[in-house]
Amino acid sequence: MTATAIIMMGTAMVTLWGGLGAAITHLARTPEVIVDEDDD
Amino acid sequence: MSEPKLAKREVFSSRNVFILAAIGSAVGLGNIWRFPYVAYTNGGGAFLIPYLVALLSAGIPLLFFDYTLGHRYRSAPPLAMRRAGKQWSEIFGWWQVLVCFVIGVYYAAILAWAAMYFFFSFTEAWGDDPAGFLMGDFLQVAETPGIAFDFVPAVAIPMLVAWALVIAVISLGVKRGISRANVVMIPLLLVMFLVLVIQAVTLPGAADGLNAFFTPDWAALGDTAVWAAAYGQIFFSLSVGFGIMITYSSYLRRRTNLAGSGLVVGFANSGFELLAGIGVFATLGFLMQATGSSMEDVAAGGIGLAFIAFPSIVSSTSWGPLLGALFFGSLVFAGFTSMISIVEVVVAAIQDKLGLGRLTSTLVVGLPMALISMLLLPTTTGLYFLDITDEFINKFGILAGAFAMVVVVAWILRKLPLLQRHVDRVSSVQFGKVWLVLVGVIVPVVLGYILVNEVITKIQTPYGGYPLDVLGIFGWGMSGLVVVVAIVLAFTPWRKSTITEVDEDALDAKYEEIMAK
Repeated sequence: MTATAIIMMGTAMVTLWGGLGAAITHLARTPEVIVDEDDD
Repeated sequence: MSEPKLAKREVFSSRNVFILAAIGSAVGLGNIWRFPYVAYTNGGGAFLIPYLVALLSAGIPLLFFDYTLGHRYRSAPPLAMRRAGKQWSEIFGWWQVLVCFVIGVYYAAILAWAAMYFFFSFTEAWGDDPAGFLMGDFLQVAETPGIAFDFVPAVAIPMLVAWALVIAVISLGVKRGISRANVVMIPLLLVMFLVLVIQAVTLPGAADGLNAFFTPDWAALGDTAVWAAAYGQIFFSLSVGFGIMITYSSYLRRRTNLAGSGLVVGFANSGFELLAGIGVFATLGFLMQATGSSMEDVAAGGIGLAFIAFPSIVSSTSWGPLLGALFFGSLVFAGFTSMISIVEVVVAAIQDKLGLGRLTSTLVVGLPMALISMLLLPTTTGLYFLDITDEFINKFGILAGAFAMVVVVAWILRKLPLLQRHVDRVSSVQFGKVWLVLVGVIVPVVLGYILVNEVITKIQTPYGGYPLDVLGIFGWGMSGLVVVVAIVLAFTPWRKSTITEVDEDALDAKYEEIMAK
């Protein structure tokens, strides 16, 4: 693979998989709160 | 005005189950067989830039738009649009439901093909001519497009099984059916696909394939068609704009982190597409080396990639049967979870409208859909029907329907500020006025641009070179019929007990109260 292709592949991985990791981490830090909902 | 108490509704047992179901819907066949080819033909590595811009500026905002409509009004698209507006606005909800009806009818056939190819992988049933096998031995495609009722049992039988399974899962309801199917299948899909990709990147020639995929063509960034392709890919792959996310989010508890969950779904969908791109182009690189061809010769998307190129790859390596089983197994799982979500939209809409129980509404919807599907698809002309219907329903069903809904909600009903306050109120991440601009301006401009281009293209060049009468019936005619039926359904009265109008202030107060608990 050429250096440019490797850089683009790395950038794509960091952005999309890193974005997923960050989104999961953020969600894990805001735990689900289940409250009484009168119509459920 | 009514009380804010809307209706008793089934809910996902947890936020994580909802996320898995939403990922199951978003990750479908398009992620595996569409994204890699679209990226390759639109600038390779450089495509990442418009793709990311499209994800952040339109895909995720539109995902939140769907989530918010479903979550706030706790109903499938027609009732959600009725509650958000008036009787006429319900048309745009039914439009999306009917789009799902049409897609569900043909989607079962692709699922059946993938299931059969899973088994064919072990015997390499296509021999040394995968294209001839697909069109001849397997599908027995008729020479001329049209409608014939010459049935092909090898397609009909797995289709029947697919329909039986989809109906069974949906009839079990949100918690016992849809949730369980996704909780089992999505992790399995991920594991299978990871194994496939690891195998693929170790094949000889894989580096050449990845090189072709990721080498950027920076000049492509100056081409508006490339940007339109990026927005189109994000739009079609996220399952936004045709009622699925509205329906699924209507099954969320009131206190649910909508934006936080949506970000996970959006990035999971795109992350999977990247994984698919790596897996597909690594294997295409292997095929390129094995056959001495160039990437231009072997690169393909859609049916050509899955059922012609991939079988060639399976036949070219000693561990081909395992590679084939993983690939087609992944297609089956990705397709099945997506098909559940597609049919669920129609079931939920009918359940809302007629007030039927889960089992009855599933049968009322599922059996006619299955019957139409079984009459039109597993025949010698099924491929033509699928090809034309898929193209037109994507462009003039999903795209036009989504464009219309966004314009109606944002610019005619003027509900966007209300929806923005709603999503911000229940979410851990707030996008504020930025979201208003993205959904109210960027999304309609981009969707409108793509739509106008499609209309011009389709008028200037008949799609696929098909005869105009065939395109007139199954393409333009079907797209128009969907709108006409949507109008009729919108003006069919609701049951007296259905709450069609909500007091938005009271609803806001209710959410404030729940969030304060």
